[in-house]
Amino acid sequence: MTLFLLPRLRIWFLAPARAVNLLLFLAPMAIVLAYSLLSRGIYGGVERPFTFESYTRLIDPLYGGILLRSFWISGLSTLLCLVLGFPMALFIARSGARRNLYLSLVILPFWTSFLVRTYAWMFLLRDTGLINTILQSLGIIREPLPLLYNDGAVILGLVYGYLPFMVLPLYTTLEKLDKSLLEASADLGATPWVTLTRIVIPLSAPGIRAGSILVFITCLGAYLTPDLLGGSKTVMIGNVIQNQFTQARDWPFGAALSLALMALVMVMLIVILRRDKEQLL
Amino acid sequence: MKQRALGLYAVAIYAFLHVPLLVLAVFSFNSTKFTVWRGFSLEWYETAFRDAGLLDASLNSLIIAVVASLLATVCGTLCAYGLWKRRAPLLSGSLYLSLVTPEIVTGISLLALFQWMFRFLRIQLGMHTVILAHVAFSLAYVVIVVMARLRTFDPALEEAAMDLGASEWQAFRQVTLPSILPGVIAAGLLAFTVSIDDYVITSLVAGVDSETLPMVIFQMARRGVSPVVNAISTIIVVVLGGMILLSERLQR
Repeated sequence: MTLFLLPRLRIWFLAPARAVNLLLFLAPMAIVLAYSLLSRGIYGGVERPFTFESYTRLIDPLYGGILLRSFWISGLSTLLCLVLGFPMALFIARSGARRNLYLSLVILPFWTSFLVRTYAWMFLLRDTGLINTILQSLGIIREPLPLLYNDGAVILGLVYGYLPFMVLPLYTTLEKLDKSLLEASADLGATPWVTLTRIVIPLSAPGIRAGSILVFITCLGAYLTPDLLGGSKTVMIGNVIQNQFTQARDWPFGAALSLALMALVMVMLIVILRRDKEQLL
Repeated sequence: MKQRALGLYAVAIYAFLHVPLLVLAVFSFNSTKFTVWRGFSLEWYETAFRDAGLLDASLNSLIIAVVASLLATVCGTLCAYGLWKRRAPLLSGSLYLSLVTPEIVTGISLLALFQWMFRFLRIQLGMHTVILAHVAFSLAYVVIVVMARLRTFDPALEEAAMDLGASEWQAFRQVTLPSILPGVIAAGLLAFTVSIDDYVITSLVAGVDSETLPMVIFQMARRGVSPVVNAISTIIVVVLGGMILLSERLQR
């Protein structure tokens, strides 16, 4: 790598990004940290004195239930993504010359409007939606099935939205897999199933870990999906945070919840980066 | 045999990923608002294009996305070049962190900043706050895409330019930048698409005069399904899909 750039010139290249990062990411986070340690103002906003009360409220049973529910929904969505995504990644990794095309077909919907993709499921699942209409016209059901506005719809929306997050890292590790190991396994008399469970899956552990953590933390921070597809009971952490800043006007608690979520995301990412950096990058 | 079974499975997953959007698009051309096919019609597109609120919001979205993606592309490209010359772990770590921060957290932290700015500087929420927010969250995308392109660039070309008497700035401007330009354009397109599509952060930092297209769609979707939303959604998917394909091509 060249080290030609004079330090003084390099400063100016980095300056705009540093300014944006400092003023529009780090400073806002510092403000959130400060808010989380203050008391709730009567008309919203924050007031002195400094207190840890917002953090102790995180383990309040009232919110504990919501946190647990978020973890449960995110965990189940992650598991479904893994089960659905693994064969998909295996298929793409084995498709030779066409693998880039096949990979693009997974990624393309991911980049096209998340809002529209969530709305598409509202269109399919609602009482007068396509699925209920078809089932009714076929005479399979009389009354429309309550498909929308429940936990199941949220999980479906999350799996649909974040499946590519699982497929990509899985594909990365599966693609690097040494083919001769598979041949050796078959030569030694292993059935394809044994090769899969004893060779392929253990060797793709870094991809499984990375994909699972990526999907899990994204689901945990989900806001749009539970809001549009979930019922009044399907509230996730993201919705609670939003609510604290808009309706409930408890900024310190919303701030504490945001930072707790952020801390969780960071811890999980540090864990995989420490463990699997070489295999993934 | 096994690959064939996997192939069938893959078809099912591709259907799961693509059919909902296809169905949405098909029913945007339906002549009735019920979910039964009654014949082809452009009625909902006409309604959408006559809706003044929708057009205003689209215009806002376009202005925000163009300005924000231009700013992010300039800052991000310069930054990627600086980082390519010599690593800056704190800056790149902080950029990655901004990328994995849940949108709702980014949104409320920016809201907190802007509220605070309002208190001390009387700056109100509006287009400018939305643009600033969009620059903030799309910067990391630009840096990553441009950086990937720079890794394929041979530094010897720059050295040659400087040996021949070019200044550092000239070498960057006339040798490096032209050869990484496809990556820069790809990064700009990506920044544009993440900006024009954002709802969560935008809805928190937008003012009364800066409603964007995703905000209008979200409100319409919450009120219930409407073929007009199908029509707008179809346009969005086609336009964004095209831009993403273009961006992918340029990154190759």
